[in-house]
Amino acid sequence: MTVRVGVVVFPGSNCDTDTLWGLERAGAEPVALWHEEADLRAVAAVVLPGGFAYGDYLRAGVIARFSPVMRAVSAFAAGGGLVLGICNGFQVLAEAGLVPGALLRNRSLRFVCREVTLAPGRLTTPFTSEIPAGRLLRMPVAHGEGCYYADGATLDALESSGRAWLHYAATDGTIAADPDDPANPNGSLRGIAGAMNAAGTVAGLMPHPERAAEAILGSEDGLLILRSLVRSAAERAAAGNPPAATTRHPAVTAR
Amino acid sequence: MSTAGPAAASFRFAVNVTPKEGILDPQGRAVEQSLSHLRVTGVAGVRVGRRVELTVEAPDEPAARAIVERLAAELLSNPLIEQYGIELLGGASSVATGP
Repeated sequence: MTVRVGVVVFPGSNCDTDTLWGLERAGAEPVALWHEEADLRAVAAVVLPGGFAYGDYLRAGVIARFSPVMRAVSAFAAGGGLVLGICNGFQVLAEAGLVPGALLRNRSLRFVCREVTLAPGRLTTPFTSEIPAGRLLRMPVAHGEGCYYADGATLDALESSGRAWLHYAATDGTIAADPDDPANPNGSLRGIAGAMNAAGTVAGLMPHPERAAEAILGSEDGLLILRSLVRSAAERAAAGNPPAATTRHPAVTAR
Repeated sequence: MSTAGPAAASFRFAVNVTPKEGILDPQGRAVEQSLSHLRVTGVAGVRVGRRVELTVEAPDEPAARAIVERLAAELLSNPLIEQYGIELLGGASSVATGP
């Protein structure tokens, strides 16, 4: 059975179509979820795509956080549902407090758009299970505010638990932990490119897996992440865990 | 009965949001580095934030301030990386004044 995965469309999202297509290539039945709707259409997982939701006004991701669909996504996440935030989607998750940390303006002050090398951490998460051991990933980043920040204790906890699930790395796999390392595109603390919640069910990353989902784009490495998500969502749906998000959840206050 | 509440007044506030101490502020750093182009020396600690001004209708100033406090904490700033200060601009004025 093909598993249904939702892609949220905010005003200003611009990677939603690519993400729908990437999920289809990864074996899912992708459906778009409009930001004004609190109904998640019985999806088994939710992806927040890249772009500039609500124009990135005030702070990237903050206005999206208060949208009807995000109340539903927060409730879905609280029930153990799988949620992946890509780029602006990661910023939305961080603003909503669904993943730890914040994304600051790039240390260089420049919008950075280029391919990066990523070193995956634990390969037993719902977002990394399809990645072969020892494999580095190549995919693009494209953002102005991707400098990962969290306080020291949070960083330690993320690293020791493997919830810092992707790191920027040199092509030989050396993690670019120094914010000024040339392989670290935005000055992220400890070279963190992706962070996950404590339950390991909500994850964000700044790079774009959907822009590396077909050979003609130069890399298919992003498919490994999308396939991990789709497979994990299918396994959970088959096990009836969590129940598909068919019902509207009662009022849930974010953060 | 619905019109019998206390007369509302409007209060104009400013919320000043700045990066917390210790948080990298690349904008502030860039501004600071540009000062040498103006041949200005002896200026340090430049931090760039944002200022949001808003008018609140409420029965009194503490009630209005409580609303601004909530907006500042939940929406206008991210407590992880930013701090804020609230300023009352001018005095209260009646809401219902016509042109």
